[in-house]
Amino acid sequence: MTVTATLSWFARHELTLAWRDWAAMMAGGRTTRERVVTIGALIFVGLLHWLAYAILEPVLKPETLGSKQALVGITATLLLTFSMMLSQAIEHVTRAFYARSDLDLILSSPASSKHLFSVRIASIAMAGATMTALLTAPLINMAAYLNGAHWLAAYGVIAAMGFVATGCAVMGATALFNAVGPKRTRLIAQIVAAVVGAALLIGLQVAAIVLYGNLSRFAVLNSAWLIEAAPELSSFVWLPARAVLGDWSSLAVLLIAGAGFLAAVIATYSGQFAGHAVAASSVADHSDQKGGLQRPFRRMTTAQALRAKEFTLLRRDPWLASQTLMQILYLVPPGLLLWRDMGAETNVHVILAPVLVMAFGQLSGGLAWLAISGEDAPDLVATAPLTAGAILRAKIEAVLIAIGWTALPLVAGLAFVSIGGAVATALGIAAAAFAAISIQMWFRVVATRSQFRRRQTASRTSTFAEAFSSIFWAGATGFAAAGSLFAIPFVLLALITLAIAWLVSPRV
Amino acid sequence: MRSQANALEIVDLRKTYTRPAVDNLSLTIRRGEFYALLGPNGAGKTTTLRMVAGLLKPDAGQISICGIDARHDPVAAKAVMAWVPDEPLIYDKLDPMEYLEFVAGLWAMDEGKAQRQARELIDILGLGPNANTRCQGLSKGMRQKVALAGALIHDPELIILDEPLTGLDAASARQVKAVLRTRVANGTTVIMTTHILEVAERMAERIGVIAHGRLIAEGTLAELSAQAGHTAGADGSANLEEIFLSLTAATSEAA
Repeated sequence: MTVTATLSWFARHELTLAWRDWAAMMAGGRTTRERVVTIGALIFVGLLHWLAYAILEPVLKPETLGSKQALVGITATLLLTFSMMLSQAIEHVTRAFYARSDLDLILSSPASSKHLFSVRIASIAMAGATMTALLTAPLINMAAYLNGAHWLAAYGVIAAMGFVATGCAVMGATALFNAVGPKRTRLIAQIVAAVVGAALLIGLQVAAIVLYGNLSRFAVLNSAWLIEAAPELSSFVWLPARAVLGDWSSLAVLLIAGAGFLAAVIATYSGQFAGHAVAASSVADHSDQKGGLQRPFRRMTTAQALRAKEFTLLRRDPWLASQTLMQILYLVPPGLLLWRDMGAETNVHVILAPVLVMAFGQLSGGLAWLAISGEDAPDLVATAPLTAGAILRAKIEAVLIAIGWTALPLVAGLAFVSIGGAVATALGIAAAAFAAISIQMWFRVVATRSQFRRRQTASRTSTFAEAFSSIFWAGATGFAAAGSLFAIPFVLLALITLAIAWLVSPRV
Repeated sequence: MRSQANALEIVDLRKTYTRPAVDNLSLTIRRGEFYALLGPNGAGKTTTLRMVAGLLKPDAGQISICGIDARHDPVAAKAVMAWVPDEPLIYDKLDPMEYLEFVAGLWAMDEGKAQRQARELIDILGLGPNANTRCQGLSKGMRQKVALAGALIHDPELIILDEPLTGLDAASARQVKAVLRTRVANGTTVIMTTHILEVAERMAERIGVIAHGRLIAEGTLAELSAQAGHTAGADGSANLEEIFLSLTAATSEAA
C-alpha cells in the first residue's frame, strides 16, 4: 500500500476540503466587513445566551435535578435531540451514496475506497455532533453558569449521540439499499429521515392535545402517570440523563459505547459503500410522460411560463417534495388542535400562531432557494428577453403563491377561533416568508436543484439566519396573538437577524 | 435601419480578470453569415460570446446585435438572439416538448406557432421517440439537441453556439449541421466556436481566429491561408489545421 491510500491520508484530504469550504464560506469577498460581522455575531450569540438564561433561570432548581421528573424531562429532551441527529445522519449517509463530486476519481483509482468511506462516515458523526452542540450551546452554557460546570458534560453526551446516530444511520441506509435498490433508496431514506426527525416531537404533541388539549410536550412529560410509570432512579435508562447532569462515569460509559459502536459499524460497512455508490451512479429516470406531441401548448406570459415551470419541477421531484415533508408533518399537531377546538372559547390561536409561522418560514426558505438559486438552466433564463428583475419577481411570485395556497386553509380555520389570531398569524407568515425569501436573495448562488440538500452546508450563515428569523417571527406572532407587547422585542430580534444576514451576505 | 444592420458588431470589447481575457476585440458579422470563431483553449472565445449573450458584463466596448445596442437595451437584443452553451443545461424533470413550451413562453411566442415549430424541430433533430421522456433519462447528445431545439424554436435572427458538436455521434452531428445550414440559407446568422477544425472549414463562410483575447486573423479559408503565408496544397486547397497552428503559434511567440 502506498502512502497516498492510507486512512490518515484520506483524513487529511477530507479535512483540507472541509477547511477550504468553510474558509471560502466565511471569508469569500467579505474581508472589509470582518469587524462588523464579528461584532454582529458576538451580539447575536450574547442575545441567544440571554434568552437561554431567561428560560432556564426560573426552572433550573438544583434541589429537583435528581428527581425522577427531572430525569424524565432530560431523557425526553435527549431523545428529541437524538431523533433530530439521527434524521440528519440518515440524510448525510444517503447523500454520501449518491454524491458524485470526487467519487468517480477515487473509485476508479487503486486507492482503498474503504478508507475513504471510513473517513466520510466519521466526519458525518463529527459534523452532526458539532452542529447540535452549536445549536444547544446557549442552553448548556447558561445551565453551567447558573448551576455549575458539570452541565458542560452535556457536550460529551451530544458527541456520544452523534456517534450512535451516525452508526444507526449507516446500518439503516445500507439495509435499505440492499432491500429496495439504488433507485428507491434515496426517496425512502429521505422520507424516513423526515419521519424520524419529527415523529417523537409530533407524537408528544398529539398526546398532549388528546390528553390535555394543548400543544405542550411538557404537559405529557410532567404528568403524574408518566412519572409513576417511569423506571426507578437506579435504572440504567437514566444513564444519559445522569451524564448530562455531570456524572462522569456515566459520561465515560456513553462515550466509550458510542465510539465503539461507530467504530464497529465503520469496520463492518465502509467496504460496502463503494459498491453502493457505483450502483447509485447508474440510476437514471427513464419514465415516460403522458401527453405526446399533440398536447396543446398553453398560452402564457413570460412570468406565467416561469411560474408554471417552478410548480411543475416541484411537483415532479419526489426527492425535493420529501424535503418539505418535515414542515408539513409539523403542521399535523396544530391542525389537530384546530380541529379539536374549532369554535370553542379557548386561546388555541396563541399556541397555533407561532407553530404555523415557524413552519411556513422554513418552508418559504426551502422553496425560495429552489426558485432563486436552484436554476437548472441558468443560461437559458438569463438570455431570455426579460430583465433580471422580472425573472426574480416571477420566481418570488411562484414561492408566494405556493405559500399562500398552503397557508390559506389553516389561517381560514383559525379565523373561526379568533379573527385577531388569524390576522396575526397571516401577518406573521407573510413576514417570515418575506424574510426567508430576502435571505435567499441575499445569499443566492448558482446551483442546480439536485444540490438542494447542500444549501444548508453551502452557507451556514443563511441557514442560521433563516432559522432564527423564523423563530423570532414565530415568537412575535405568538405574543401578538395573545395581545402582549412582548411581540415588540421579538420583532426587533427578527429585524436584527435580517440586518446581520444582509451585512454578512456576499456582495455581487 | 435595423433590417440593414449587421448581425453582430463588436467594437473595442474588453474583459479583464487577473489578465485580459478579451482585449479590445472588434468584430463584424454580416446577416445570413455562418461564422466560426476559433482559438486555442483560454483564448477568450467563450468569454466574448458570453458577453454578447448578456451573460457577462464587459469592462468596456460596444455590442450591437442586429442594430440593437445590447448594453443599452439587453432585453430587445435577447429577443432576437439565441445562445447554446457547450454544456446543455436543461431541466431534468421536464420532457423535451415541455422544455420547448417553456422556452416559447419565455420568448412570449404564439402558442399555436410554438407547437408547430416544436413538433418540426423534434422531428428534424430525431428527438421524436424521446419527445415525452424526461430529460434526465436522455444522453448528453440528446440533451444537446434539446437545447438546440430550444434555441431555434423562437426563430432567432442570430444564433450563438459554443462547441455545439462536442459529444454528438456522427448521425446527430449531421442532423445538427443540416439544421444550421438550413437556417443560414433562410437568412439566420450563426456564430459558432469549435475545436473541430474540419467543421469550421466545411461549414463556415468566414472564420475568425482569436488568441490572447484579440482577433489575430479573419476571412475565408483562402484569405486566412494568405494571411498565414501558406500556399495551397497540391489539390489547390489550404489546410485549416496548418493555418490555425501557424497563426496561433506566431501570436504565442509574439506574446
